[in-house]
Amino acid sequence: MAGVGAACLFVGLLCALYAVGASLAGARSGRRELAVSGRRAIYCLAGLLVLAFAILEAAYLSSDFSFALVEESSSTDTPTFYKVTGMWSTQDGSLLLWVLLLSLFSSAVLFLTRKSLREITPYATAVLGVVAAFFLVLMVAWESPFDSIAAASVPPDGRGLNPLLRHPAMMIHPPMLYTGYVGFTIPFAFAVGALITRRTGADWIRATRRFALVAWTFLGTGILLGALWSYTELGWGGYWAWDPVENAALMPWLVGTAFLHSIIVQEKRGMLKVWNASLIVTTFVLALLGTFLVRSGILSSIHAFGASTIGPQFLVFIALVVIGSMVLIVSRLDSLRSEARLDSLVSREAFFLLNNLVLLAIALVILWGTFFPLISEALTGREASVGPPWFNALTTPLALVLVLLTGIGPVLAWRRATLAGVRRVLAVPVACAALLAVLLLVFTNAADSIPSFVMFVLVGFVVTVIVQEFWRGASARRSMTGEPFPRALGRLVGRNRRRFGGYLVHVGMAVLFLGVAASSAFLKQRDVRLAPGQTVKVGDYEITYREPTAVLSDDREATGAPITLGATMVVRKDGGQTTVVRPARNFYPTRDPRKGVVSRYFEGEANSEVDVRWGLRRDLWTAVRPDISSLERPIAEADRRFADVGSSGLALIVGALLENYRKNPPPATFRVIVSPLVSWIWLGGALVVLGALVAAWPSPEARLRRVRSLYSARLGRELTQPHT
Amino acid sequence: MDPARKRRARLIVALTVALTLAGALVYTSFASSTEASTPSQVMRASEPGRSYELTGKVVDGSVEREGEALRFRIRDRTGPASVAVRYVGAVPDPFREGREVIVSGTLQAGTFVAERDSLVTKCPSKFTKEQERS
Repeated sequence: MAGVGAACLFVGLLCALYAVGASLAGARSGRRELAVSGRRAIYCLAGLLVLAFAILEAAYLSSDFSFALVEESSSTDTPTFYKVTGMWSTQDGSLLLWVLLLSLFSSAVLFLTRKSLREITPYATAVLGVVAAFFLVLMVAWESPFDSIAAASVPPDGRGLNPLLRHPAMMIHPPMLYTGYVGFTIPFAFAVGALITRRTGADWIRATRRFALVAWTFLGTGILLGALWSYTELGWGGYWAWDPVENAALMPWLVGTAFLHSIIVQEKRGMLKVWNASLIVTTFVLALLGTFLVRSGILSSIHAFGASTIGPQFLVFIALVVIGSMVLIVSRLDSLRSEARLDSLVSREAFFLLNNLVLLAIALVILWGTFFPLISEALTGREASVGPPWFNALTTPLALVLVLLTGIGPVLAWRRATLAGVRRVLAVPVACAALLAVLLLVFTNAADSIPSFVMFVLVGFVVTVIVQEFWRGASARRSMTGEPFPRALGRLVGRNRRRFGGYLVHVGMAVLFLGVAASSAFLKQRDVRLAPGQTVKVGDYEITYREPTAVLSDDREATGAPITLGATMVVRKDGGQTTVVRPARNFYPTRDPRKGVVSRYFEGEANSEVDVRWGLRRDLWTAVRPDISSLERPIAEADRRFADVGSSGLALIVGALLENYRKNPPPATFRVIVSPLVSWIWLGGALVVLGALVAAWPSPEARLRRVRSLYSARLGRELTQPHT
Repeated sequence: MDPARKRRARLIVALTVALTLAGALVYTSFASSTEASTPSQVMRASEPGRSYELTGKVVDGSVEREGEALRFRIRDRTGPASVAVRYVGAVPDPFREGREVIVSGTLQAGTFVAERDSLVTKCPSKFTKEQERS
């Protein structure tokens, strides 16, 4: 079957190349049928890649170790859930996922635009084909997911999935990120098509803005799921570490956010055309860079796939994209002239521009910091790096300005806002924010951290501005139509999905920032070593280590770990009610033959299974690091005495060792974190997704408009063409 | 003010702001960066009190616990030169003897005293390579 998969990739590559050639030829010669066949070649590519993906997944599910990839990242005792996700934990498998998603997205957009944008689409098809072909060449020539192991030497079992990757979010985190990265290819391709054909109006934006929004939502969700994974799996208790790969995903998201805002200005006012074209090129390049960083090994990161062979190829491709796009934009500058000028600095478009600049500034800071080791080495010859404090210090003020702009921008008028108008819409929110500031100062210690305090007040301001917008819109509608308020509100949102969906996204982001500000400034953390019976106090909590736990083959998270050592801890809050938390640590066996048969169970990978008590007001987060040094001597002895015992005998011996640990527990190391409002980060994220869905959902009016415009376009053609 | 002059004024203000911010970016990053060095570099050019980011491999059999602290030695990626490290804080899950790690801190009386929670273990997928070799 591996041969069929490899053949799919090869034929897929031919399809992609054909799509490029046919669409270009069709566009140049004006022969529709060629352009159509180019589009169909992309559909065909999608079909082939679905087949290749299915073959590889089937191999994972049936533990077919004649696939080298399956042997590398799965095993018979890997739980089914992690067999399915094993594919994208590898370099080659994740490339396949990337290009599969690209072909599906491309097919969707080409199907939707098959009757419109006749000039632009063939060029967009060619661009999509080039990107797909690049990834297919990587797989066909260097990193084939279908490398097979000769039948004679197929191992009986695989090496298993990296234990760190055994987390529920792994099912959706990488596909979401890739969907985001890939999704931004679509508006990029259409932008290139629009530039080539000099059709630089808002048509290409209208055709692809929904794709950009969907890509943005997926990328954002992927980033957030990664944060959740870090918080619950990595055993350090944070959700963001300014790791190069986290940054690599955040940068295209930030520039994509800027793009989603500034295209509104182009649609409404015909301005910022060069800017928008540059933004989408930047977003796409950053998405490629993100994919590249994970694979290159040039920056050390927890995500590294290890040393890789395809770094240079990526760099060349990225360079070609950058140079090609720049040449294209510069050569089309005359068609990209603005149709209007900025009338006033106090206007909606000026604030859109400001928000863009702030978002880009944040992206630039992150870019600089991420690549600082390379910059520093190039300039000073010394490899140095900047840490999280530097990132925090530079991004915090920018984030505060961004949230402030979120509050003011949406209520300003286009072209020129009057002072009286601004005062009218902002009076109530400013008063509310001031009241909130006073309440926070009087009743809480929020002012201990100035940036967080400012953020709380700004979040209050933004939320009141938006609530007021909903209220004013619905009231106006009620007084006009006489509908009851809830229905007026529903209709208002339904008829203006983009605007009110956007507002929901803003509220979600504000809530998310609230969570970040509170949890980063007011977190309480203790690292302690406790013997059973000892107690530690963290914040309002008193936590007592009651007893150790040690279980064999009964890991509660079903990650397939044979040994789980943990602790039962009693939590008492303010001396009042009690709960029990059970952090644990999973031990995964190593297959290293240099280790003794029993040691292998204890000296492989180990991984925290933290216990998080989620709460709206605060999370209680606990992790344990059991000390197994007391077992060293019995383990070494067992290694000697039971070197040739069977697997059932080994289970008995390991069981006895665990019993020993439970009976004579040494002190264990604990990390306890009490972190306020962390849950609001995830809630805010959910709200962002909801808002984005509302904004992306096609409204009945839009469908009607589209039909009308198609109809009038046809009527126009028929009227202008001489009848024969 | 006539529109052309107004635009020029705006441009100058915007450029000034941008340049100031870019300058701040460059200055702060160089001022607050920590230098990456190998154990032999740290031992050779040790300025007391200066902050280093030490990278290297954990020496086999060197890890031991001392109350709250973890003591181990880090050696050069290639070569035997090593330095003793005293570390307090969270230990990442993939931390093992023989693994490549990064830790920030200062050299005090021959021992590298690490900042709390600064320990980073490089590249967990390295372990597949280790197994391949064995």
